[in-house]
Amino acid sequence: MFDLLGTKLASRLLLGTAQYPSPTILAEAVKASGTSVVTVSLRREMAGGRSGQQFWSLVNSLGVRILPNTAGCHSVKEAVTTAKMAREVFGTSWIKLEVIGNHDTLQPDVFGLVEAARILCEDGFMVFPYTTDDLVVAERLLEAGCKVLMPWCAPIGSALGPFNIMALRSMRGHFPDVPLIVDAGLGRPSHAATVMELGFDAVLLNTAVAKAADPVGMARAFSKAVDAGREAYGSGLLEPRDVAVPSTPTIGRAVFS
Amino acid sequence: MKLIVNGEALEARAATLDALLKELDYEGNWLATALNGDVVPAANRAEFRLADGDRIEILSPMQGG
Repeated sequence: MFDLLGTKLASRLLLGTAQYPSPTILAEAVKASGTSVVTVSLRREMAGGRSGQQFWSLVNSLGVRILPNTAGCHSVKEAVTTAKMAREVFGTSWIKLEVIGNHDTLQPDVFGLVEAARILCEDGFMVFPYTTDDLVVAERLLEAGCKVLMPWCAPIGSALGPFNIMALRSMRGHFPDVPLIVDAGLGRPSHAATVMELGFDAVLLNTAVAKAADPVGMARAFSKAVDAGREAYGSGLLEPRDVAVPSTPTIGRAVFS
Repeated sequence: MKLIVNGEALEARAATLDALLKELDYEGNWLATALNGDVVPAANRAEFRLADGDRIEILSPMQGG
């Protein structure tokens, strides 16, 4: 079991609920992934409550914990208000805090993020900040009251995978006791395995599963990769070497000439 | 009075936020509301009196990443 801030979770894979071909496939993918936590959002209700009701019923039937997000918020005020509205609707103080700073890269506005995190932590929220891999920002978020950090490994939806391994490794080294979840940028199961091998506690992904040709199969593949990466991290990985080293013992080798 | 609901201008008779939801045929305990940028919890909607030009947001659960 994975102990996340006092909550026991069966899986280290957190899954987004957006962009699936159908609600049925979303439900099947959630089941196949084995996830214990799904992310959700709040949007303007334009059908008298009926469009939200369908998704609300679906999410409740999944039997998993809900992590609402503040996706699309570009200011501290927007993010804080959205978080408070999400707390009321979803009945949880968990919030994936996004304060977007750039339309093109969707990179977080880390200054606004720290400010919003402080306000929400003081208000009793358990803030999961979507941040960069910057160590100083991470320290500020912890000072603001965050108990967990969610650095990107590449831009949202890019599927590029971890391209700054050194920064991720450094983050793990600097914050050995803080739960670290890679959020955003994962494209393949091998990407997930890579960051789990680095010692990250969990991954959060959405597009790579939802936009796969077979989202259910991809959910299962990511689940296995996350488990494999975690077990590899705990088992002690062999460090790369510059020379060849025979794996078969050389002592006792027959001599035929 | 004239209100802006979810970004759209409309004319409403309701005096409170609670009454406005009923007038616009909104229902469900999964709705979240804000008035002029501040959250209004469901329990307080009946107390919030509306004024001409108020901006109201009515949100509901949606897919998210």
